[in-house]
Amino acid sequence: MLRDITIGQYYPADSPLHRLDPRVKIVGTLLYMISLFLPKNLLGYGVAVIFLTSIIWLSKVPVKFIVKGLKPIVVLLMITVLFNLFLTGTGTILWSAGIFKITDEGLRTAVYMAVRLVFLIMGASLMTFTTTPNALTDGLERLLKPLGKIKVPVHEIAMMMSIALRFIPILLEETDKIMKAQIARGADLESGNIIQKAKNMVPILVPLFVSAFRRANDLATAMEARCYYGGEGRTKMKPLIYKNRDYIAYAIMILYVAAVVAAGRFVEFSIWIF
Amino acid sequence: MKLEHVNYIYSQGTAYEKQALKDICLEFPDGEFIGIIGHTGSGKSTLIQHLNGLIKATSGALYYDGKNIYETGYPMKELRSQVGLVFQYPEHQLFEVDVLKDVCFGPKNQGLSEEECIKRAKEALRLVGLKEKYHNQSPFELSGGQKRRAAIAGVLAMHPKILVLDEPTAGLDPKGRDEILDQIAKLHKETEITVVLVSHSMEDVAKYVDRIIVMNHAQVMYNGTPKEVFRHYRELEAVGLAAPQVTYIMQELKKKGMPVSGDVTTIEEAADEIMKAVHIR
Repeated sequence: MLRDITIGQYYPADSPLHRLDPRVKIVGTLLYMISLFLPKNLLGYGVAVIFLTSIIWLSKVPVKFIVKGLKPIVVLLMITVLFNLFLTGTGTILWSAGIFKITDEGLRTAVYMAVRLVFLIMGASLMTFTTTPNALTDGLERLLKPLGKIKVPVHEIAMMMSIALRFIPILLEETDKIMKAQIARGADLESGNIIQKAKNMVPILVPLFVSAFRRANDLATAMEARCYYGGEGRTKMKPLIYKNRDYIAYAIMILYVAAVVAAGRFVEFSIWIF
Repeated sequence: MKLEHVNYIYSQGTAYEKQALKDICLEFPDGEFIGIIGHTGSGKSTLIQHLNGLIKATSGALYYDGKNIYETGYPMKELRSQVGLVFQYPEHQLFEVDVLKDVCFGPKNQGLSEEECIKRAKEALRLVGLKEKYHNQSPFELSGGQKRRAAIAGVLAMHPKILVLDEPTAGLDPKGRDEILDQIAKLHKETEITVVLVSHSMEDVAKYVDRIIVMNHAQVMYNGTPKEVFRHYRELEAVGLAAPQVTYIMQELKKKGMPVSGDVTTIEEAADEIMKAVHIR
């Protein structure tokens, strides 16, 4: 029942993207996200399309999976598009009814916003698809390490993140199990009004909370039993080390961002000429 | 209850795809006490979740009372009150403020009156051997074994015709284990319901059930009486299972020349056989 959620999930495969250092992927994703907001014309987005398509192809993650990850943002996407479409005041009016009007500028912003959002989610989910949660938090911990100097508990934050991520599938599975057990006892989870539905969730939420606390308690005991006392003086079994491919990936990212910026300039330039 | 060519594939079309059931054809006749054994991941739990329609087969058919449950409009809720399913660690599903109310949850969902619910709950709690003094306690205050009983009572109170238990004794001490199994056996005798017991313990299965289904790699490997099945103890060992220990002892005795039967599965039978052999001498 709950197995269909794909956003934030890891997709095991053997691809150049999977093998990259997580730090490269985090920084790369950030650069990519920034790049989506740079272009003011279609050519810039053309570069982004080419880049994203080739990266998806490289990652060996089925496109179906990535598209499925877009489902949760459909509503957000609709709202954004509608607002931009009807409420942008400036530009030539194409159609109007009362306070609502569609202008060419509004149309353009709406399309750009939709493209940006979709590309943003696709790029970000590609990162989680190709990086295990553990590698991700490792990378983040390493990247944020300088903050430790100003007393930010970087290790503790990373540890909390990795535990939280680790528990998502466990709690989903647990929810699935409890739901099944209560359905087997005749629980009705679908019918009724909102209040009735909320009441129907009690037989699921109570056991779920109990089990979450039980697991948290067990985990804390298990960690203490192995002498865990925080990040100070703690070393890694597999420290992150950049390899050649990681430097190449950084180079590609910089080239890509430069290409997006150049694409924007190019059009400005050509307009200026004619 | 009858299964015909049931197949089930997890996460079809993804990297996690896995065939959990392969061409299962089984029958669960009324009133029988059936054991299902198999190593971890052999498809036992998936199989029993098909029995009350919690999981829908990828292909194949499942008949209850002669009707195909996958036909559109089949009353699933009705089926679920006929086939009571007790999950592994059922105590994790307790949620009410007191034990009695929790046991009432099932019957209440069946639409019974308050009085009838309480009557059934009390009866179910008696059947699992949970004393009256616990009825008004919070289920979270009980011990592990008592929680387990309360949870099993929660399913029994729905008066199922088929009771399916997924490893009801997992994590219990030997005394708790024997008590629960004895009570299930007693229940089976008293109410003549069909009982399906999934277990890892060959001893338990041999002692209580009429028929054993052995699952291996998503398929039914053996289906017969304990004696028939445990005769294949070498094949069972090859797939990570075993026969009851007493079967091994009797095999050894036979090899050493004692005139006993090799396919004994319970301690009582073994004692009889040995006594007979001693008397012959």
